Amino acid sequence: MLNLHRPLVPCLLVTVLVLSLLAGCPKPPTAAPPVPTPGATAAAPPTGEPLKIGAIFSLQGAGAPLGTPERDTLLLLEKSVNAAGGINGRPLKIVIQDDQSEEAVALTAAKQLIENEKVLAVIGPTISGTSLAILPTFEKAEVPLVSCAASVKITQPVKKWVFSTAQPDTLAVAKLMDYLKAKGLKQLALLTDSNAFGASGLQVLKTQAAENGMTVVAAETFGSKDSSMTTQLTRIKGKSPQAIICWGTNPGPAVVARNAQDLKLKIPLFMSHGVSNHKFVELAGAAAEGIIFPSSRILVAEALAANDPQKQTLLDYTKAFTAEYQQPPNSFGGHAWDALQIVVAALRSAGDDRAKLRDAIEKTTDFIGISGVFKMSPTDHNGLTKDAFVLVTVKGGKWEIVK
Amino acid sequence: MDSAQLLQFAVTGIVQGAIYALVAAGFNLVYSATGIINFAQGEFVMLGGLLAVTGATLLHLPLVLAILLPVVVVMGLGAAMHWFTIRPLKHAHMVTLIMVTIGVSVAVRGGAKLIWGADPQPLPAFSGGESLQFGGAMIEPQSLWVLGIAAGAGLLLAFFFRRTLVGRAMAACALNRRAAELVGIRPDLMNMWAFALAGGIGALAGGVLAPLTFASFDIGVSLALKGFCAAVLGGIGSNSGAIVGGLLLGLVESMGAGYISSGYKDAFAFAILLLVLFLRPSGLLNVLVRRDEE
Repeated sequence: MLNLHRPLVPCLLVTVLVLSLLAGCPKPPTAAPPVPTPGATAAAPPTGEPLKIGAIFSLQGAGAPLGTPERDTLLLLEKSVNAAGGINGRPLKIVIQDDQSEEAVALTAAKQLIENEKVLAVIGPTISGTSLAILPTFEKAEVPLVSCAASVKITQPVKKWVFSTAQPDTLAVAKLMDYLKAKGLKQLALLTDSNAFGASGLQVLKTQAAENGMTVVAAETFGSKDSSMTTQLTRIKGKSPQAIICWGTNPGPAVVARNAQDLKLKIPLFMSHGVSNHKFVELAGAAAEGIIFPSSRILVAEALAANDPQKQTLLDYTKAFTAEYQQPPNSFGGHAWDALQIVVAALRSAGDDRAKLRDAIEKTTDFIGISGVFKMSPTDHNGLTKDAFVLVTVKGGKWEIVK
Repeated sequence: MDSAQLLQFAVTGIVQGAIYALVAAGFNLVYSATGIINFAQGEFVMLGGLLAVTGATLLHLPLVLAILLPVVVVMGLGAAMHWFTIRPLKHAHMVTLIMVTIGVSVAVRGGAKLIWGADPQPLPAFSGGESLQFGGAMIEPQSLWVLGIAAGAGLLLAFFFRRTLVGRAMAACALNRRAAELVGIRPDLMNMWAFALAGGIGALAGGVLAPLTFASFDIGVSLALKGFCAAVLGGIGSNSGAIVGGLLLGLVESMGAGYISSGYKDAFAFAILLLVLFLRPSGLLNVLVRRDEE
């Protein structure tokens, strides 16, 4: 038997307690009040107590490929905001926590940010599961949360303190349904990831398929880390659908694409905005060719029409991100960009008061972001429409807009 | 159509099962030598895959070397794991030792994430080409590689235990440690060999698996669970048991997902494990009584 009464265990517990107390101690105010200097330009270095914004991203686990560009984007923006003189002369400070794609870890991170770091607002989490897990904490603590995850349950029904900058899956499905309807594809097979993204997608797909008079002939799921989806695809093949819609996040859908190619399926394959990243094409290789999926405009910024309102914003972000990290950004980093820019704009008008900040975020209108043009309201805490998506396909390893 | 479907489910299940069997063989090697369930076995697989990707893409090694070099490296790591974390705890309780392997697995996973990052990495298939038609079922060439390499590894292990001096010494040690010591076998060394071999076979599994599923720092946990499941199913410690258990697990998963519901794919695997434990618990119980009897 394990001897739990050895002195080591209480010792460790005490150490952990002491450490967490130390970490929780409020730091002494170090800053002098900002002194407005006459003739100061906007680029004067910011002074004073920093405005602290928290962020919870998945830097480990299944959500890590999404969370990493989100973190990188925030660090990039923190630098550029402070280089441009901060917010009303005060520096912006971002405190990032890793939720490891786990609900319980996200909850601890949220409490840490709210109670110990005393942040004004929190950006993230990266994925739907962790976002849904920590919503109640923010409602209770009355701290604004701007999630980067796509599940529609995050902002519907509206929660007073919770916003999201990711296009909810309802809009992605709506965009895809328009296309399927135009092409007369009515017998659908669904193949969804068993994570929260896929489960939510499954519900929305079923609902909207029914609304559009389509039939779901098969609904299969796969695990995010499964090494073969051949069984599910074989089962789907037996039901002879007109289209297969695979809803998931990397790497599962890449395995689906490869298995579909190996099985020589002749049924057109559609996917979700969860694969609108370069990693998907790298993983799926030639199997990605011809797959159609809704995507944020960031992926195809270059190919957009010159009069697209988002084009310039998208190109600027792409340029800055690529210069810093030597790789192009993706839509996930874009969610973080939108979230922080909306919060920064709100901070400029509301200052360091959580309640006023929330009101200012809710009043965001005509904000041209990476994911779309935002128009928040008391009844819409996401503020995007299905035009936030374009349909994209892969051709010769490159993105192409589907008309 | 229906028989083609059945065949496809069977093919998929057998390929999956071969992978589980390779992981299970690693568990068995360590268990029969030391009585420990080594929860870092999944990390050996993960390291094999990631090192193979690095070898193939960064160092531009030919694929054979890109697969075999990690096998040697991870064998070394397995031996080092035993020498530095297990061997010093001579009189520790079994539970403590198992905890140590969990600790090592967490540390290795974290280290791998620091080195390779969080993204999954693709590895080119061993031989390109289209999938082959096999009586209505499709089988991709990489799956044939998985089957061939798993069978080869199984034969090699059998040969090692029956025909080589080290192998027979290990087998002797597993049968009766004290008697083996009396005839001059050093259990320490044999245990180190067991960890090294487990590392090697794990890395091999990781290498053949990478073109099918991508290598990533976090694939170890679920593979270790399934591999452990397969080892217990077949009777832990038995090498032919690993093959039987692995294939059975792969087939049950595939058939269950194919004919009942893909949502319960993992549930089938664990349900059959529970069933076996209820009806024939000898496997797992051995772990718990083994050291206490000594």
